[in-house]
Amino acid sequence: MPDARITVPPSVPRGKPFEVRIIVRHPMETGYRTDESGKSIPRNVIRSLSCRYNGEVVISAKLSSGIAANPYLRFFVTAKESGPLAFEWVDDSGLRGSDTASVTVA
Amino acid sequence: MLAVGLERSLPLGALKSGVTFAGADVREMQADDLSNPGFLWVESGEKLWNTPTGAANKSCASCHGDARASMRGVAAQYPKHDATANAVQDLDARINACRVRKQEATPLARESDDLLSLAAWVAFQSRGLPLRVAIEGPARAAFDRGEAFYKARHGQMNLACAQCHDQNWGKRLLSEGLSQGHGNAFPAYRLEWQKLGSLQRRIRACLFGIRAEMPPPGAPELTDVELYLAWRAQGLPLEAPGVRR
Repeated sequence: MPDARITVPPSVPRGKPFEVRIIVRHPMETGYRTDESGKSIPRNVIRSLSCRYNGEVVISAKLSSGIAANPYLRFFVTAKESGPLAFEWVDDSGLRGSDTASVTVA
Repeated sequence: MLAVGLERSLPLGALKSGVTFAGADVREMQADDLSNPGFLWVESGEKLWNTPTGAANKSCASCHGDARASMRGVAAQYPKHDATANAVQDLDARINACRVRKQEATPLARESDDLLSLAAWVAFQSRGLPLRVAIEGPARAAFDRGEAFYKARHGQMNLACAQCHDQNWGKRLLSEGLSQGHGNAFPAYRLEWQKLGSLQRRIRACLFGIRAEMPPPGAPELTDVELYLAWRAQGLPLEAPGVRR
């Protein structure tokens, strides 16, 4: 399964903001649910997510149990140079995930 | 194929997809491919389609080529009677049959991410196309059983599918709006499940809701009902991957 689905426009004009979307595959287990035997299911959510555009952090988010599974973020970045949009995230279990998209600046 | 003599409780012109009963936020999520979480499975399905597997070391693409061409219109005909299996199969069963017979691989478990992904990828190739299943000939027995199941009362609440979905659609039941009960958006990302699931899972959930015995996933009774539902929804466009609450 893909870790995430990132959407950026195919080409962006220099100096203008462009929309970035990411949906990350993650169960975002809240920690409030119990299983069929009544045992508590431990919390496991993505706790932090950040995105670097050509190495510079453009968004940094702290998520918690209020965010639904397969979290979806949408934000805007100002186009400077062509290059990678590199996402990284870490969840409560310590598992690190990452995915990258390319930005082409016209 | 004409279904001579069969009465439709919902005339074809009066069919409404479940998406019309969903809230605006759900409709928006389904309409936007970029935020529709079902696409995580569609993407995964595309990868699996092209990945060789099994003792035969074949991928789906080895025989079927590009799914965008070969699978167009296929999901809209399911469930379908298969001559080799001599049974009506839903899409999940047909995919597994191919895995076992052609790829010489083990069948994938129902509701497993891999099977859901493959079904999502195949169903996606029929998105927008009208449902049209064959119920005559070898499929007729399954269709009749499905219709009987749909109209029979089940469970502790002693309710028939028809009572909610034929007679009371559009009304509210404990703050939930009743849809017409079509399966044209499946496999669908259900917000309650927080993942993609099959129509069989949804049917089982309904049976759970009326406190009836739930046949196990893959049971022939569920395929029978799926066939009846597909006939009942004839002409509605496939919406896979759908989003539902």
